[in-house]
Amino acid sequence: MAKTPDESGRPMHPASAISAHVVLIALSATFLVPLIWLITSSLKTEAQILKFPPEWIPNPITIENYPKGLTFIPFWRYLLNTSTICAAAVLGTIISCSLVAYGLARLRWPGRNLLFYIIIGTMMLPFQVTMVPVFVMFARIGLVDTLWPLIIPHFFGNAFYIFLMRQFFLTIPMELTEAARIDGCTEWDIYRRIILPLSKPVLAAVGLFAFMASWNDYMGPLIYLADEHKYTLSLGLASFSSQYGSYPGMLMAVTTVITVPIIVIFFLAQRTFIQGITLTGIKG
Amino acid sequence: MATRVSKTARRQLRLGLLFCAPVILGLLIFMAYPITASLYYSCTRYSVMKPPVWVGLSNYQQLRHDELFWKSLANTAYYAVIAVPLGVAVALGLAMLLNLKVRGQALYRTFFFVPSIVPLVASSVLWIWLFNPQNGAMNALLRPILAHLGLGEPPGWFADPAWAKPAIILWSLWGVGGSMVIFLAALQDVPKELQEAAEVDGARAWHRIRHITIPFISPQILFVLIMGLIGAFQFFTPAYVMTQGTGGPVDSTLFYSLYLFNVAFADFKMGYACALAWILFLLILLATAFIFKSSARHVYYAGDGKG
Repeated sequence: MAKTPDESGRPMHPASAISAHVVLIALSATFLVPLIWLITSSLKTEAQILKFPPEWIPNPITIENYPKGLTFIPFWRYLLNTSTICAAAVLGTIISCSLVAYGLARLRWPGRNLLFYIIIGTMMLPFQVTMVPVFVMFARIGLVDTLWPLIIPHFFGNAFYIFLMRQFFLTIPMELTEAARIDGCTEWDIYRRIILPLSKPVLAAVGLFAFMASWNDYMGPLIYLADEHKYTLSLGLASFSSQYGSYPGMLMAVTTVITVPIIVIFFLAQRTFIQGITLTGIKG
Repeated sequence: MATRVSKTARRQLRLGLLFCAPVILGLLIFMAYPITASLYYSCTRYSVMKPPVWVGLSNYQQLRHDELFWKSLANTAYYAVIAVPLGVAVALGLAMLLNLKVRGQALYRTFFFVPSIVPLVASSVLWIWLFNPQNGAMNALLRPILAHLGLGEPPGWFADPAWAKPAIILWSLWGVGGSMVIFLAALQDVPKELQEAAEVDGARAWHRIRHITIPFISPQILFVLIMGLIGAFQFFTPAYVMTQGTGGPVDSTLFYSLYLFNVAFADFKMGYACALAWILFLLILLATAFIFKSSARHVYYAGDGKG
């Protein structure tokens, strides 16, 4: 224990190291209890789950809630809808935001700063202000109750992601692209072959955020989707919960299934996650 | 020469506009037009089915007598004033603990962070079950403790108007992982020499935190505080999912954005909803300006020359 050094290289006092661990373990337990409760609930029988007082350990352990829950609602349909939206949103966001960020960071033209300030300015506006007219717009062109209103806007840039990408593109030395220009590369070549390959960290972070935002989105699908076969996982889970709250076992099984992919992605892309979040906090 | 310069300049302009075309179109279609339309709708009676009818400022005047408007404003203020600072404090506390460089730091960090990435609807559905007065884990833990202390039965949480908001605040604290990571990154930049010098001079831990750590990470604190505040005004999904959109029991979880949503998409009073949205914008602007103003003296920007 005495060997745990802080960054200055001094060993932490063993007694304080132990008390720090005690506090950290207690807090970790607090943060994990809800997730443990989620998983153990999903493994209980319908009879055990409604027992009073509640029991912590599933006995017997059963996985029947999973097949039952996943067929009780059109789960695979919801998954397909959600995946479609997520894939399109990630694609649209990366393409549109990187193009715009390139135009703002790497090209010198009058008005680029003005445009940048306008884009940043729109972040101040709560989306509720534009929510109703945008809904009316989509209703007029007959796209309500389709997935399109949840996809199309992503192809027109997002202020925050443009900001992140622009800041990143600015850190790439201008000499690099200047040399390519002298060699006769077009701007499109420079964007495609130099800037994008050098920007993988920020593209990954933005792609991840866009994916998570669409996977999580609830208000969007709630506004636009009416037909149950077009529901997303979020919308489907919420409606399942409000209609069949009396089947907590199945409900917790479905909730687990929706949560686990995100946690797996987190473990696979932990670095990108943390980098992305710190990236957002840096500007203070 | 002059023509060549202007030729390159024009080429540059054309290229710039071309690359920025997505956002220029986006600003026109999804910002400029809807903002104008929203202002107009806010002065009309409009149900989508029939064309809008001009009513002047009466939507805004009606707000003053709208009990649910005031109720939702009070609920939102309650949430903003309690949950947001509490969230900053918890995130900061966790970040400082992790910054002690104990063994297994990465593991603890993961434990604290994972709840914040659980999908919103999933964590909301989980919360209803967790706080189920009869069969939930929360009361399973509380019941023996309260019984031992002779304090009677645990709260009914979402069944009790007095306890529904505290349950939601606990939910928000469970998800402070994102802010914690921001603070943790900021803490790594606090100069070690300064800390050590203070320690040599005999400054106690609390004083070192108060006079060195906090000032150094004050920009991040301000950032998290403001984002939290804006988030509080727009707080929607958990409230909707946990109460099936009712904001119940007895409107105790009817937050501003939930009320706005119901006015627009349950009552189809689009004009009134737009008026509510503009008031929301104004409130966010005022609250942000207030925080910026009142914090100006306390926020330290490295290299700024002033403290």
